[in-house]
Amino acid sequence: MKQFEYARAASPADAVRRFEPGTMYLGGGTNLVDLMRLGVAQPDRLVDVSHLPLDAIEQDGDRLRIGAAVRNTDLAAHPLVRVRYPMLARAVLAGASGQVRNMATIGGNLLQRTRCGYYQDVTRPCNKRRPGSGCPAIEGDHGNLAILGASDSCVATHPSDMAVALAALGAEVHVTGPGGDRVIPMPGLHRLPGDTPERDTVLEPGDLITAVELPAPPPGPSIYRKVRERASFAFALVSIAAALDLRDGVVRDCRIALGGVAHVPWRAERAEQALIGGQATGEAFLAAAEAELELARPLPRNAFKVPLARNLIVRTLEELAS
Amino acid sequence: MNRIEGRVKVTGLATYAAEYPVEGVTYAYPVQSQVAKGRIARVDDREALAMPGVLAVLSSERPPELAPEAEGELALFQSREVAYRGQIVAAVVADTYENARAAAAVVRVEYQPQAHDVHLSTEHPGLYRPKTVNPGFPTDTGHGDVEAGLAAAATTIDVTYTTPVLHNNPMEPHASLAYWDDLGRLMVYDASQGATSGRDIIARTFGLPRDAVRVVARHVGGGFGSKGTTRPQAVLAAMAAREVGRPVKIALTRHQMYDVTGYRTPTIQRLRLGADADGRLTALEHVAYEQSSTVEEFAEQTAVPGRVMYGTPALRTAHRLVRLDVATPSWMRAPGECPGMYALESAMDELAYAAGLDPVELRVLNDPETEPGSGRPFSSRNLVGCLREGARRFDWERRDPQPGVRRDGEWLIGTGVAASTYPARRMPSKAVVAAQDGEFLVQIAAADIGTGARTVLTKIAAETLGVAPDQVHVEIGDSDLPDAFLAGGSMGTASWGSAVFRACEDFQRDGKEGHADTAEEIAKDAELARHAFGAQFAEVRVNAVTGEVRVSRLLGVFAAGHIMDATLARSQFIGGMTMGLGMALMEETYTDEEFGGFLRRDLAQYHIPANADVPNLEAVWLEEEDEELNPMGSKGIGEIGIVGTAAAIGNAVFHAAGHRVRDLPITPAKILMPRF
Ligand SMILES: Cc1cc2nc3c(=O)[nH]c(=O)nc-3n(C[C@H](O)[C@H](O)[C@H](O)COP(=O)(O)OP(=O)(O)OC[C@H]3O[C@@H](n4cnc5c(N)ncnc54)[C@H](O)[C@@H]3O)c2cc1C
Ligand code: SF4
Repeated sequence: MKQFEYARAASPADAVRRFEPGTMYLGGGTNLVDLMRLGVAQPDRLVDVSHLPLDAIEQDGDRLRIGAAVRNTDLAAHPLVRVRYPMLARAVLAGASGQVRNMATIGGNLLQRTRCGYYQDVTRPCNKRRPGSGCPAIEGDHGNLAILGASDSCVATHPSDMAVALAALGAEVHVTGPGGDRVIPMPGLHRLPGDTPERDTVLEPGDLITAVELPAPPPGPSIYRKVRERASFAFALVSIAAALDLRDGVVRDCRIALGGVAHVPWRAERAEQALIGGQATGEAFLAAAEAELELARPLPRNAFKVPLARNLIVRTLEELAS
Repeated sequence: MNRIEGRVKVTGLATYAAEYPVEGVTYAYPVQSQVAKGRIARVDDREALAMPGVLAVLSSERPPELAPEAEGELALFQSREVAYRGQIVAAVVADTYENARAAAAVVRVEYQPQAHDVHLSTEHPGLYRPKTVNPGFPTDTGHGDVEAGLAAAATTIDVTYTTPVLHNNPMEPHASLAYWDDLGRLMVYDASQGATSGRDIIARTFGLPRDAVRVVARHVGGGFGSKGTTRPQAVLAAMAAREVGRPVKIALTRHQMYDVTGYRTPTIQRLRLGADADGRLTALEHVAYEQSSTVEEFAEQTAVPGRVMYGTPALRTAHRLVRLDVATPSWMRAPGECPGMYALESAMDELAYAAGLDPVELRVLNDPETEPGSGRPFSSRNLVGCLREGARRFDWERRDPQPGVRRDGEWLIGTGVAASTYPARRMPSKAVVAAQDGEFLVQIAAADIGTGARTVLTKIAAETLGVAPDQVHVEIGDSDLPDAFLAGGSMGTASWGSAVFRACEDFQRDGKEGHADTAEEIAKDAELARHAFGAQFAEVRVNAVTGEVRVSRLLGVFAAGHIMDATLARSQFIGGMTMGLGMALMEETYTDEEFGGFLRRDLAQYHIPANADVPNLEAVWLEEEDEELNPMGSKGIGEIGIVGTAAAIGNAVFHAAGHRVRDLPITPAKILMPRF
């Protein structure tokens, strides 16, 4: 592990001021420190932002503002989150383990890196880690990688559960940085790999996430469901965050986001569009799922994610409709 | 009985190999090959040697001296050939772990790479018939005419199963701490399953007399076979300590463990079975294809269960091996029986379905009088009792055999059964008992790798001496103690217990000291087939929407001689069954065909069962009286729990979902793809 300096930021502005090339912000460290041990991340200095006064969850009218340093555990346990945004509480609790969630912050969770095995192994090529070195996953171990929005350069997935719920909820990510303050609506924070898979998000160097703001919850019931081969402590094969608002059997509003299928938490807009205004029937759900998954470009070992995602969409909507 | 060392373990006072406080200790960090095959052209260590704290760089550039007897994976740096990706090709010794690691990263190894081959297949031109399979069994055996048996059968099946590369994941990483004293004696604290055998291997590797080497392993945090034979880190620590003239410590990382501490070979197994109209076997053929490295031959005895399990007029078991550019496979819990019984017991289920018979009845019907492979009588065999007791507890009588018909919402429900078996052997060991301040000191170089060996030996000694267990102190885990067999092959308790029992008997002659060496006694053991048996019953839920498989109930019924301690036995059985569940549903190391070596080398990627995966796990046993085993009347129980579990679960998945997955692990992908 490379030697590095460590500093604790006193305020968000102080954190940004301390940022220079080679600096990385440190949240709970549950992902970054692992990657440093593996030699994947090699920062010269860490600016610890986990102790900033960004650890509050505050109600603002019908909106909820969550500080970036709030721990995953605290987010999932917060009464307002559990009552008003149960999909988010469930998504957070579906991730990692109790110990990891106690450490992990909201900012760090959003910016955790892919679990692609080649990315984590510095002795093998990987376009995301070493641009231009190639993507061995396409021919190799891609069983849990992307079926949607991938490119010839990278087929990685974003592993966060929480981000899937945030994408469905249309959360806004508040950022401060050398270029000033910005608000980025989800799912716009993350980007598709294209031919620059080294960039996971639209953030610029030095950008610090300060908060995530949730708009009023979508009307109607919601669900977060995660599929994995072991019953806990595993990343999603595919996950879904969905909400459905029906009036007299007609879909008024609908949110569907998928995890484990793309380089971003995948908002299934095609499926949503296909449903809104129409009858909430099993056939409509299937047609919507298929419309979305027409975009899928599966690889040999992750082709199962197509029927899995389709089944999940249909089944989740059926459950929401009943 | 509770673990004697339980308190020191949970309070952190138990000392593991890497934790012994040794003055002036230094650290070694391995450099691993980044090609899968080739020749080392040059090792440039100049930059590394100039790094802070660096004391030495070891490599094939200046091969440190080892005895000509140094073998296989232990012959570190003796050759410039690279046999697999991840092989140790150099090592840095430095004053701190961090400095050693940093310097290891700048050791430049230049390779002349060659094309590699890491793919096991039944078509591989390099397949051959090894002379024997582990630990010395004949490679191919048989009697009768299999083709004729199949031709005459009313029902036949011909099926192929595959199992992936699997890794042991003991909690304690492999670690060694070594130093040489002024008299040239070598001391090694090692994460080892056997102090005596470890000492012998290390002495042979360095060309030292045995009494010049001492191996200490008082506490070992799991091994499952991966610490059964000395691993390279122990040789490296000793070699490096000699080089720098100071103690050297090595603790492998989890990634390194995947590369250099062995794994279970992947297998491809073809089973051909035939049965007559009543369900009696007419033929059984089991052929296993597996891999080893170019470094040494390791031939897993996968097809041996067919020689033990069922009566048949025609039997053929065979093993074929291919040497690939991979690390050498090694011991993993129930080597041979575990993968072999997965295939055989899955095939028995398929045969039961094909013949329209109940799978419990099919097994009962074919229970043999004598051991099918050898014709020897069994010392005891109670597979039928286990099957019947399990069936009773599982309400098997009311089971509808029809697959794919029981449903609870999204979940398809099914049940399955499979048999378990594991040899009950023992090996010569020595022990000494002495009176000491009104207490009793028992000494034997046994190993407690988390199994409870120290505790059960205390119990055996206390019962034999007729005193309370808290008056007995058992000292183990040190090669300076009386020689003992290693913790392997489920032979530990039987081997050590025999010696402790005899030493205690001897002690009672004068009440001062007792000695035992069981070599002669064991040499006189009658020629019998000695095995433990069991039956495992699984209830699974297969999600029709997601393909997820959950095991809602797992029951193991075992007949394993006299069970000496219920608490300790239960943890061995359910531990094995849990590991078998992992094998069935999630465990898989990925072989990187493009670059060689393995992927998924950590516990976030190589999934083993979490608590949530084993909500209802039960192990029970039938007491057996068997005078032909050892003075305790016991059979080994460390491994049988993992044997058959994957088949029981796989059979239950078939019963639930209506289609058979013959390729482990049974992941959602393999459930979903054929359904859509
Ligand atoms: C074994 C294991 C299993 C896991 N399983 C799951 C799972 O099932 N589902 C799941 O969703 N997650 C899972 N995780 C991942 C876990 O959720 C993340 O590691 C965690 O959320 C990261 O948060 P952190 O605060 O520790 O981030 P850190 O590791 O501190 O940082 C992660 C990244 O975010 C950056 N960063 C941190 N805070 C900020 C900020 N405020 N502004 C800008 N940049 C910032 C850091 O520079 C770094 O690049 C698992 C992790 C482990 C170790
Ligand atoms: S999928 Fe992306 S992260 Fe994985 S190897 Fe390819 S480029 Fe690297």
